[in-house]
Amino acid sequence: MKDIFKSIEAYRLWEKEEPRSPEDKASFIADRIDVSDRDLNAFITLDREAFSRKAKAAFSPERRKSPLGGVPVAVKSNICVEGELTTCASRMLEGFRPPYNATVIEKLDHEGAFVISGANMDEFAFGSSCETSAYGPSRNPWDEDRIPGGSSGGSAVAVSSGQVVCALGSDTGGSIRQPASLCGVVGFKPTYGRVSRYGLIAFASSLDQIGPLARNVTDCATLLKAISGYDEKDSTSVNIEVPDYCASLGMDIKGMKVGMPSEYFQEGIDGDVQERLREAVKALEELGAEILEVSLPHTRYAVSCYYIIGPAEASSNLGRYDGVHYGYRDEEARDMIDMYVRSRTEGFGDEAKRRIILGTYALSSGYYEAYYLKALKVRTCIAEDFRKAFEVCDAIVTPTSPTTAFRIGEKSNDPLKMYLSDIFTIPANLAGIPAVSIPCGLGDNGMPVGMQLMAAPFAEEKLIRIAHAFERNTGFHELKPGTIED
Amino acid sequence: MGSKYETVIGLEVHVQLATRTKIFCGCSTKFGADPNTQVCPVCLGLPGSLPVLNKRAFEYAIKVALALECDIQGTVKFDRKNYYYPDLPKNYQISQFDMPIAYNGRVVLTSGDGERAIGITRAHMEEDAGKLLHDQDPASSFIDLNRTGTPLLEIVSEPDMRSPSEAYEYLKILKQTIKYLDVSDCNMEEGSLRCDANISLRTKGSKALGSKVEIKNLNSFKAVRDALLYEQERQEDLLEEGGAVKQETRLWDENNAVTLSMRSKEEAQDYRYFPEPDLVPFEVGREVVERIRSELPELPSAKKSRFIECYGLDAGDAELLVSERPVACFFEAVLEECDDVRSVLNWIKGEVLKHLKEHQAGLDALKLTPSGLASIITMTASGKISGLAAKEVLKDHLVSGRLPSEIVKEKGLEQVSDTAELDAVAARVIEDNPKSAGDYRSGKKNALSFLIGQVMRETKGKANPKLAGEILSKKLSE
Repeated sequence: MKDIFKSIEAYRLWEKEEPRSPEDKASFIADRIDVSDRDLNAFITLDREAFSRKAKAAFSPERRKSPLGGVPVAVKSNICVEGELTTCASRMLEGFRPPYNATVIEKLDHEGAFVISGANMDEFAFGSSCETSAYGPSRNPWDEDRIPGGSSGGSAVAVSSGQVVCALGSDTGGSIRQPASLCGVVGFKPTYGRVSRYGLIAFASSLDQIGPLARNVTDCATLLKAISGYDEKDSTSVNIEVPDYCASLGMDIKGMKVGMPSEYFQEGIDGDVQERLREAVKALEELGAEILEVSLPHTRYAVSCYYIIGPAEASSNLGRYDGVHYGYRDEEARDMIDMYVRSRTEGFGDEAKRRIILGTYALSSGYYEAYYLKALKVRTCIAEDFRKAFEVCDAIVTPTSPTTAFRIGEKSNDPLKMYLSDIFTIPANLAGIPAVSIPCGLGDNGMPVGMQLMAAPFAEEKLIRIAHAFERNTGFHELKPGTIED
Repeated sequence: MGSKYETVIGLEVHVQLATRTKIFCGCSTKFGADPNTQVCPVCLGLPGSLPVLNKRAFEYAIKVALALECDIQGTVKFDRKNYYYPDLPKNYQISQFDMPIAYNGRVVLTSGDGERAIGITRAHMEEDAGKLLHDQDPASSFIDLNRTGTPLLEIVSEPDMRSPSEAYEYLKILKQTIKYLDVSDCNMEEGSLRCDANISLRTKGSKALGSKVEIKNLNSFKAVRDALLYEQERQEDLLEEGGAVKQETRLWDENNAVTLSMRSKEEAQDYRYFPEPDLVPFEVGREVVERIRSELPELPSAKKSRFIECYGLDAGDAELLVSERPVACFFEAVLEECDDVRSVLNWIKGEVLKHLKEHQAGLDALKLTPSGLASIITMTASGKISGLAAKEVLKDHLVSGRLPSEIVKEKGLEQVSDTAELDAVAARVIEDNPKSAGDYRSGKKNALSFLIGQVMRETKGKANPKLAGEILSKKLSE
């Protein structure tokens, strides 16, 4: 596949060199996805009808003036797009077409982006490999026997394989950054409250955040700018002015202080990942950043804490899928309770059930104090660790994932091992801080390695500045899977 | 209760706050619309939708809290109450658990010997559920979600009431107070006020509480009292027979006037409350509370005392007037233009309330104006119209809204005080009723009222009866 969608800039060039009518352009994009998606399964379904319906508006010449005008943006299947299948990759929401748009979709429409709904994901975003999708796993374009990461696996695959220019994912414990890392693209989780969650089908409301994925920092910043901002429909969105994220591009990072938390560079990380990170840190230093050691002592409790709070909220958020009002219903049910039981038994996959049971247990009377309340306290400690660290540094650098992409099926029977895939990404969600994953080379198996940068709440600009300086000087974002021609 | 037991009652009252829109979305709260026409993604609990608190609902809650002399929570925080029921589309209700908006208030009962304060444990905000319709189809139930998301304030009393009649009075005062604030219709038929009652018995003098029974399905204040009376007796009988009261929830069966077991406490649900992550807790500004406090109207008890003191009313009359705020306000408005307290009181107590009852409406639904009633009273006092005519004028005025003076003129209701005219009528009446005239002359003085009546009839009620009497007696003694 020709690499015409490697950036917004490249896309504009292609538009100019190969002019097409809006309808032709839409079917060109759809065909391109269709062909590669037989192997990759980045999309649950491709709504060709929606393609032709939206083509005229998105591809009109005046739209090109807007930075995202006509740009194909894949959207994870847990973000509501009016009238288009939004299933969260679950049988439970089979056939569900929301009657309304998520706020981010309204914003993208306003910018004239060409929204492509239905990117594959782990069911209800429960997973780190995209294997829990009820519609089959997505595959890593770098090696189709490997997982692309998750839960925003489809979004990462669509971007990495060049099916689209950029994508939206959602990140509850690393669901944007980990697949970005494993697929060799840039993935950005904004500060909690930076982007409206209205229309994002909730997994864990206090952790979820929508964010962009792209092949480079510049496009990520452009997309982030477009979706950010206060929304009166989301009480947890924060009313702070959105800076021009693109203004941070191209700045140097001389004198910026980057913290290395000792706790993140210990056991459990593959050797090649450690190696790439060490090199990346060195590169940052060469660019003028001051590297210092910081301590985040409560990090070791992050995974346990996350697997209490996340499932607890999820167990409540997923209560509404009961077969009564919409979505999947077992029609054979004898009575109301039977309908609840059968619909939920058949509609949810194993991982969803596991989390619902975990969360229900954690909130049960008699256990609430021991688990949920304690987890909330630990969460406060973790946020406090970060607050202290950011008193002395501008950003913190860690690996995004302790390993490169593993093989499909390798960890699917070992939930605990799977959960540890997110060990480095979870703390940012618990603390509500922004974090980005950017490519920093390849592992011994030729699979991408990602570097994570985290910053204080609403310090997205610092992350963009450092990430862009790193990208410009290392060029790791130019690496791409073998399926893409130059 | 003349027995060895003491009754202990606590009430949980749900009040729908009469905001124009729902508590977490912009849908209308209007009662009686076609099913599922007042809904949106938020109140339907569609995936991805998020709640946003209605500020007005919050302010209404504070208003009630202040009127019930509650302490106000410093931070507004919501929690999720998780349970499955088809009328609850999210399968959790947004409510308040450990930090209710208000706590530690009271309602003062006055009907017994002296005052008795009933404590308010707490009042918290929550969203109402939808309605299941079971009578539409034999095989399935239907759901109407119009009511879903209507703001509710749940007011929980201390177990301070000692009899069903105290519970009744508590409810009456609570409703009166809330209606004064104009934040709820408190209409039990439409469900804007709902009540569950908890009742237990204990041996007099004992401090410990007995096993309590919660009674549901109470659709009127009377039902509350009747159900409590029934339950009080049932529990007493049980205890007298050496049995024990089972802690359970019972339903009031209105038709058979009995309570029936619904579910025992062992089957009690675990609601798995936890903080609602979609709503950020916020501080209740002191200035907001003080502003709302300054906007509170004079409450019924204060108004009653003032009426007794300022207008010399007796307690019963004062109570009657303040029972509804519009009536109390009307009373004072009439007094602005007419200082005859007695007459104003009697007119309101008599004719005005009679018409309200007949029209089954509040004062605001009628066109009666304070100056209208004042002028009717003034015209009667001056003898311009008779008492009978005055009633007719009022009846016309409260429907048409026309000025009483115009009505009097148009209907020709002005009293005939013209001696010459009355003289002629009186002469005719005496002539036509020789028997009565004779009776009077022979000393049966009460025959005069019959003759006055005849004069009134002849003049179609326009004669000044006092003058007519004078003329008749003068003529009869000639």
